[in-house]
Amino acid sequence: MSTTIERNTSTVSEGHPEHPQRKWQDYFGFSTDHKVIGIQYLTTAFFFYFIGGALAEVMRTELSTPDPDLVQPEFYNQLLTMHGTIMLFLWIIPAGAAFANYLIPLMIGAEDMAFPRLNAVAFWMIPPGGILLMSSFFNGAPQAGWTSYPPLSLVSGKSGEEIWILSILILGTSSILGAINFVTTILLMRMPDMDIHSMPLFCWSMLATSGLILLGTPVLAAALILLSFDLIAGTAFFNPVGGGDPIVYQHMFWFYSHPAVYIMILPFFGAISEILPVHARKPIFGYRAIAYSSLAISFLGLIVWAHHMFSSGTPGWLRMFFMATTMIIAVPTGIKVFSWCATIWGGKLSLNSAFIFAVGFVASFLIGGLSGVMLAAVPFDIHVHDTYFIVAHFHYVLFGGSVFGLFAAVYHWFPKMSGRMVNETWGRIHFIMTFVGFNITFLPMHQLGLQGMNRRIALYDPQFQTLNTICTIGSYILALSTFPFIINIVWSLLKGEKATRNPWKALTLEWQTTSPPIIENFEEEPVLWAGPYDYGIDTESIDGDEDVEDMLAAITAEGS
Amino acid sequence: MQGSTVDSQSQIAIAAEQSAAEHHGHPDYRMIGLYVFLVSDSMTFIGFFAALLIYRAIVPVWPPEGTPELELLIPIINTSILVASSFVMHRGQTALKNNDVKGLQTWFGITAAMGALFLAGQAYEYFHAEFGLTTNLFASCFYVLTGFHGLHVLTGVLLIFAVLWRSRQPGHYSSNSHFGVEAAEIYWHFVDVIWLVLFVLVYLIN
Repeated sequence: MSTTIERNTSTVSEGHPEHPQRKWQDYFGFSTDHKVIGIQYLTTAFFFYFIGGALAEVMRTELSTPDPDLVQPEFYNQLLTMHGTIMLFLWIIPAGAAFANYLIPLMIGAEDMAFPRLNAVAFWMIPPGGILLMSSFFNGAPQAGWTSYPPLSLVSGKSGEEIWILSILILGTSSILGAINFVTTILLMRMPDMDIHSMPLFCWSMLATSGLILLGTPVLAAALILLSFDLIAGTAFFNPVGGGDPIVYQHMFWFYSHPAVYIMILPFFGAISEILPVHARKPIFGYRAIAYSSLAISFLGLIVWAHHMFSSGTPGWLRMFFMATTMIIAVPTGIKVFSWCATIWGGKLSLNSAFIFAVGFVASFLIGGLSGVMLAAVPFDIHVHDTYFIVAHFHYVLFGGSVFGLFAAVYHWFPKMSGRMVNETWGRIHFIMTFVGFNITFLPMHQLGLQGMNRRIALYDPQFQTLNTICTIGSYILALSTFPFIINIVWSLLKGEKATRNPWKALTLEWQTTSPPIIENFEEEPVLWAGPYDYGIDTESIDGDEDVEDMLAAITAEGS
Repeated sequence: MQGSTVDSQSQIAIAAEQSAAEHHGHPDYRMIGLYVFLVSDSMTFIGFFAALLIYRAIVPVWPPEGTPELELLIPIINTSILVASSFVMHRGQTALKNNDVKGLQTWFGITAAMGALFLAGQAYEYFHAEFGLTTNLFASCFYVLTGFHGLHVLTGVLLIFAVLWRSRQPGHYSSNSHFGVEAAEIYWHFVDVIWLVLFVLVYLIN
């Protein structure tokens, strides 16, 4: 609504088009501009990241000694439940939605999302959901882990559990509304020249992500509604005492929550596919392979859920099926990893913050992916089930994967979002501290898991203390690594060098507009004069009269 | 390259002209959005149905011993009311396509009444059932599934009321501006189809 008013008052003085700028107040209100909503998602996600991180630091401090001496075991259970829930539902998923909101319309040359108001509604469900979840701390936070398996979740504090259910329902609805927007926008609002095979890979990955959100999240909602009835009305859907079956909950829960793993990683697969070619100055290797492998991961992601339940009495033949499908997922994922490696192979690399985070992503995610294949094997899974090996595995995927990808995306698109460059030195310090801290924290956990240290328990056998101390030291390095990041971002926002419209000389459409983009995204209809990844053909001339280098120079000149 | 650029620009200009008159500067995609939402919503029901089918498969006696026979008369009447209402509602939309707003109001009014009748039948069934929410697993499934569907019927009735309310304003709906009418109708058909599946799973295959 404010958009239309401001658009009408926009004035064009001769030679220098003036465009109304966003005011800071816009970022705190119900704005329907996808760029504002994207920033709102991102800052909200970071806010919860710091809370979730603080909870993790308390847990790691507690675990530096074998005895529960810092916090009570009950409080430790609350910490681990809240840490998991916040990091998944209030950090990674909204952060993916942040980039999707900000980038999709710009990348496909659209003015906004298909349903701007619905988009704003989707965002504004996140703060209430998050605050509701945090409020449970005053009333006995949930203690049953982010999985909330019954019957544990039915007997470990009613109010905290119900608050947890309600906030997940709110956040899930938000996620579904966002996905409706992404699908419609990507499929129907591309600029006329852009067919589906010339759109950036980030859009492909968001298409795959949205499909999973739309098909998976409602099933989680169904499971949580039934769990609520068990909790409050005294039914026995999942309560063995009344004839119910907790395994049914596990099936419904993982039908969403395994795809949710891909909901959390696919957006960053997409971001990496954008970042690597730009900073390696090479075309993406295997555009269609990467695009279709996202869809393949989505499809396979829907039929692997019971690999979380190998030790829940799943019959043998079913175990075999889920073991096979799980291992097959390594194929499309491997296609991506090889394509990324082939993309940067022999490229003209600029080792800036975005690029090194992207490479860090590929490396750490590879480790997480490989331990995932190990876990798919039933005998091995049963051996390490519910040990720190699992904790190591999913932190390599979610931190080493998603979070590294997220930081790469922040550094890559920061100039576009803020109109300022980041400080590369501080960015590199941030990367080194994060990478070192991350590996010191989570690498020893593989060993701990193989030795049989149980997860989700505040006390442990004294023989594990040395490795746990190392993990705790690593987690402190990780905590410290956020400071270079925060300082860098705040400093760059205030004093950073002004960014031109295309500081990376990238070819996707978001770089054709000003930094930050004007409210209506593009001054005039954007023009597709190259594919999204036609790098490295700079010296070849196109049609004999104008080459890409000249075009880029022209674009840069326009912007500065 | 140059030629194609000019080409594309003229195409864009034409497209921009065409879309200027349309919703938010781009064609109206709200129906597509609704379809995507309904796909998602149907997954909620599929989740519930799957739970019911798993219980059927793993509980030794289904429905558990001591569950009274379900009375079928009212549900069958209810089913016919709901199925018939879909056709009634479609006549309303057809009337609007001929710019007959009075016809739209009449047929949609009847549909809302039929929806209300369905809900009344459901309430009657609840009050006269010989089991409560927590009697056993089947009873719980019965109430949660029919209740969740009932909420959808209620939403559908409210959507019809919204359409009727808006249609009082002359010219709000016409043969070429009928998103609200169409959306309410598609939603109603969706709820109708879900009921048919639910009726088979809950009432018939016990």
